[in-house]
Amino acid sequence: MNDVRTMIAALLLAALAAGAAAWRVRGSRARRALPAPGPHRLLFPFVGQALSKPALEAALRLARAEGATLVPVYLAQVPRHLPLDTPLPRQSERALTLLEAVEQRAHTCGVPVDARIERGRDPRHALREMLDHERYDRIVLPAATNGDDGFTPDQTAWLLEHAGGEIVVLRPQRGR
Amino acid sequence: MVPPAHPPPAGRLKVFLGMAAGVGKTYRMLQEGQAEAEAGRDVAIGYLEPHDRPDTSALARGLETVPRRRVEYQGTTLEEMDLRAVLRRAPELCLIDELAHTNAPGVEHAKRYEDVADVLAAGIDVFSTVNVQHLESLNDQVAEATGTRVRETIPDDVLGAADEIVLIDLTPEALIERLRAGKVYPRDRVETALQSFFRIEHLASLREVALRQVAEEVGTRRIDGAPGARRRGQHGERLAASVPSAIGERLLALVTPRPSSQRVVRRAWRSAQRLGAELDVLWVQERASSAEEAEQLEALRRLTIVLGAHLLVERGEDLVATVQRVARERGTTYVLIGAPAHRNVLRRARGPSLPSRLLAALPGIDLRIVADRTQRSLDEEEERS
Repeated sequence: MNDVRTMIAALLLAALAAGAAAWRVRGSRARRALPAPGPHRLLFPFVGQALSKPALEAALRLARAEGATLVPVYLAQVPRHLPLDTPLPRQSERALTLLEAVEQRAHTCGVPVDARIERGRDPRHALREMLDHERYDRIVLPAATNGDDGFTPDQTAWLLEHAGGEIVVLRPQRGR
Repeated sequence: MVPPAHPPPAGRLKVFLGMAAGVGKTYRMLQEGQAEAEAGRDVAIGYLEPHDRPDTSALARGLETVPRRRVEYQGTTLEEMDLRAVLRRAPELCLIDELAHTNAPGVEHAKRYEDVADVLAAGIDVFSTVNVQHLESLNDQVAEATGTRVRETIPDDVLGAADEIVLIDLTPEALIERLRAGKVYPRDRVETALQSFFRIEHLASLREVALRQVAEEVGTRRIDGAPGARRRGQHGERLAASVPSAIGERLLALVTPRPSSQRVVRRAWRSAQRLGAELDVLWVQERASSAEEAEQLEALRRLTIVLGAHLLVERGEDLVATVQRVARERGTTYVLIGAPAHRNVLRRARGPSLPSRLLAALPGIDLRIVADRTQRSLDEEEERS
């Protein structure tokens, strides 16, 4: 009889332990899946068809180190013959794909994300719109590599001149 | 002259729709016009624009052409369709090219589609042609895809009112081949055309838009119940007046002003693009918004403008009742919501979940719960480790 009681008690304990473990795992997943937005905001504007992985990793490292929210900003260009507020389905498709990739990568690093699409007649105009609309503590700017997407020296100089706060310019990868 | 006691029944409109000049719309219109004439119908050409294409001109032979009207404008003589002459001639079927054409000042109407409306109202059937970029609602989309904005547009209702739409489809490669062979424009204009509008990526986009447009029209007709129902509806004979807004699909994404809502908007927009549907993004505001919410709302507003979606902010204490009202007003066919938060025992005891309440309140409307895909990648990562 005592053996049966001991066995039941052991089974109950094991079930409780398994339940507690499952609860902790679920809690940790939930925390990792939806990191809370931090008080600091790190803007990460980008242009073009693709996003430089090293630039993204650098921005994520900075955001994680500061407990900041990463704000990836796709800069869309509106052709001059169209109204500035015209819908941009093709660029939106590209932007959403890139922003989703950024979001997925950021979540695995535990960095909260608040994505944006800004528009302008050219990247500089879109940067100006971004500065007008967004709160930020720091801007991380990937510089253009030959043949790659990124910001030109002129655009970078313009941003350094006009943006408040700290600006980190990520230099192009060597040999590319 | 005493007007007839009863106006004649309206003529039928058949539109030949193409993705660009040169696909063969006018040619096909003439082919069908010839076939109708052979079948014994009284066919006349109200206006034909052969664009110096010998094959097209040859196909018009044998069909009576109503002489054009000459209009003096700023020292130039322009030729337009003579509406009064067409109405006097009153054929059974009239072929009128280029539905989106803008008439010279001084004639009855500013636009040719208005002339066509008069011809139809006189009980004459009309065959006409138009390119997809001339449709008003597609003008921005096409301009972005091709970099070229056309000024001559027609309201979508004009096409919607057609009894029949025939898509003249051609692959971009085949059209470029026709262009190179001098079958579309004179040879001295070919290179310029190839460098500007007639690029393969532009044509592929236009073709997609044209195919989608026709598919959408087919969907609309299924709901309206009969071809041309929308035009006849103007005379009080609408067959499906009870479903005025259920034309095609219309999506409604429920959001709150938080960064996580962007996932719902993105997924909803992609679905809307695939369905060729309009997207409404709704926030039901239950109380005054905080500064952070106002900031997020502004970001959502900018996002919806870029996407061509409509942001709606409705005040209401009862979320489900507000969604129900908006869905009814907007003709929603799909509702998308984010994955609800985990419900513990206490929450479950309070009543059914939001998805269950929405399903009960929105009969006949699909409900889609947008999952957080980052959770899946985290699970996979944990499994690997």
